[in-house]
Amino acid sequence: MIRSVLSGDLPRSVPLTLILGGILICLALAPFLFPGVRTVDTAARICIFIVLVASYDLLLGYGGIVSFAHTMFFGIGAYGVALTSTHMGRGFDAIAIGSLAGATLAAALALLIGLFSLRVRAIFFAMITLAVASAVAVLVSQLSGLTGGEDGLTFKTPRALGPAFKFGQEMFDGRLFGVKLNGKLLAYYFVFIGASVLFLVMLRVVNSPFGRVLQAIRENDFRAESIGYRVVYYRVAATCLSAAIAALAGSLYAVWLRYVGPDTVLSMELMIDILLMVVIGGMGTLYGAMIGATLFVLAQNYLQNLMGAASGLVADLPILPELLSADRWLLWLGVLFILSVYFFPTGVVGRLRGTR
Amino acid sequence: MSAAPEHAPTMARLNWRDRIAPHMPVLLVPLLAVAGFLAIMNPASWLTLTVSGLAMGMMIFIMASGLTLVFGLMDVINFGHGAFVSVGAFAGISVLMTLGHMTAAPSLLINLGAVLLAVIAAMLATGAMGWAFEKVIVAPVYGHHLKQILVTMGGLIVVEQLIIVAWGPEEIYFNRPEALKGAITFAGAAIEKYRLVAVAVGLVVFAAMRWVLRRTKIGLIVRAGVENGEMVEALGYRLKLVFVGVFIAGSALAGLGGVMWALYQEVITAHMGNHAMILIFIVVIIGGLGSVEGCFIGALLVGLMQNYIAFLEPKAALISNIALMVTILMWRPMGMIPVVKAK
Repeated sequence: MIRSVLSGDLPRSVPLTLILGGILICLALAPFLFPGVRTVDTAARICIFIVLVASYDLLLGYGGIVSFAHTMFFGIGAYGVALTSTHMGRGFDAIAIGSLAGATLAAALALLIGLFSLRVRAIFFAMITLAVASAVAVLVSQLSGLTGGEDGLTFKTPRALGPAFKFGQEMFDGRLFGVKLNGKLLAYYFVFIGASVLFLVMLRVVNSPFGRVLQAIRENDFRAESIGYRVVYYRVAATCLSAAIAALAGSLYAVWLRYVGPDTVLSMELMIDILLMVVIGGMGTLYGAMIGATLFVLAQNYLQNLMGAASGLVADLPILPELLSADRWLLWLGVLFILSVYFFPTGVVGRLRGTR
Repeated sequence: MSAAPEHAPTMARLNWRDRIAPHMPVLLVPLLAVAGFLAIMNPASWLTLTVSGLAMGMMIFIMASGLTLVFGLMDVINFGHGAFVSVGAFAGISVLMTLGHMTAAPSLLINLGAVLLAVIAAMLATGAMGWAFEKVIVAPVYGHHLKQILVTMGGLIVVEQLIIVAWGPEEIYFNRPEALKGAITFAGAAIEKYRLVAVAVGLVVFAAMRWVLRRTKIGLIVRAGVENGEMVEALGYRLKLVFVGVFIAGSALAGLGGVMWALYQEVITAHMGNHAMILIFIVVIIGGLGSVEGCFIGALLVGLMQNYIAFLEPKAALISNIALMVTILMWRPMGMIPVVKAK
């Protein structure tokens, strides 16, 4: 049963299974285990980033293609939901149409970029996506009539997903294990279930014959071509799939935040975060995305405070407080990133599985 | 015994289309300028825009040339190249700001002397940094594109953050040296003096690079290395050393470009190199990865395009460069002047 849900791709390591199980239980029961606005928000973010990072891993870890436009696809999905919800009014139909349109547009754009760059050299893809993504980011902040510019768009999601909506009044007196039964809870489970489904779909894809061909191409594209697989087609298909899933993750994010803006869904910083999550968790395995995203989002929310405290401790020494201040945490992430590419290319998951 | 088949070769001249094809990339620059003139229909503003487009193109070329050579020679793609631009700008401008008495003087020679000192400081700083970058970041990941992209990107983040630690997170505004401020009027068009300087410097750098690559022994080794590195090594040259040299030179050029770009914008931020990278990548791709001439032509095209479109339709400026890249890749998928690799 579990084997078929996970598409035969089991964690293959006891500590890894325990950690993944722990993450899954914590996320599934987050509103009950850690009641609190900020913790539930963190849990929802983790769910969404797991999908986003896993979809990036599909490209980077399985396909061996580096893309810098992943936030662009993420943003397309988010803006899709935001625009339809603004213009069609709140409702699940608006969310459905917005996310489908976003995913389609993202896939189409990925197809275009892929056909242009991947047919020549995979390395072009990295550079071209970087250029296109920054152009789109500029465009989004310039077309303020449509996208709200730098301020972004605030919009309303269906009433059932808002904190004002209450249910279960007569059966549980509006509370379950001390947690208020309201729309925010439903919104969390909307995100959680959406993320789980997308994750399992990706697990299915990477363990299908298609996924095997992608891995073969990553290892040796020349040989894969010689066996008779059209490398370009497989790479472009992987790009489109990954873009569409990233867009769907973006839609989930928009539904959760009820806001989109260039800084939250399109920025280069977000792209760097995704890269870090993939590399730290482990490239080439979707479970790596799960661990990477969880570690990173937790670190982002809680480690910065710790760094601020550390910086306070060494306030008398020269330079150190500057290097340790909470604003400089990207510096240490960068160092960690370089070190992990050198020394742990398979990330946390690779270590736990005992492969190098 | 049958007779030999009749042999009647036709000795026709190539038609004009075939004769012009090899020179097409070079002709694109004047063609674009003419197209710009037809679109603008105002000689004065056209001249202003063309000069500023050329100036911008020259600066992008200076920044991009190192990247394309490094790629051509050793197949190393350096996403951290923008870090050298930022460091060059910060080092150069810091020196320039301490030379306040020289930049405030109204004499052109003294001003240029100050700028020269700043440029030398910037090139030394970025050259040294390039050496360290090559040793620490790039050397362990030769021959592995995926890791190169990731690691150099990490290097870029670290360097950007270190710049913020050293110089603070705020943008730094400053003034150009006295004699480089303002514009001169030529044929009714206002042309900023600094842009003329930028065009001159760009031409000198291009000429110098071409001379080194075409007329000196080291240039011969570099060009041979781009074409077939193994053969050059088999002949007894230590290509690795040459490569380190090229990497340092490319970094120093990026530093020079950074100072010039900073003087052009009159403001420096830690992220300026990262932003410049977008144009640099477009230029390097449309020029053909590894080709200095292609990079030069590509840079001029991008500079002109950006300025014309910014005048005609301000919002489309960045998109126009993407469109230019797409068009050129449709025409020549490997870039305008593809580098032939003997492999």
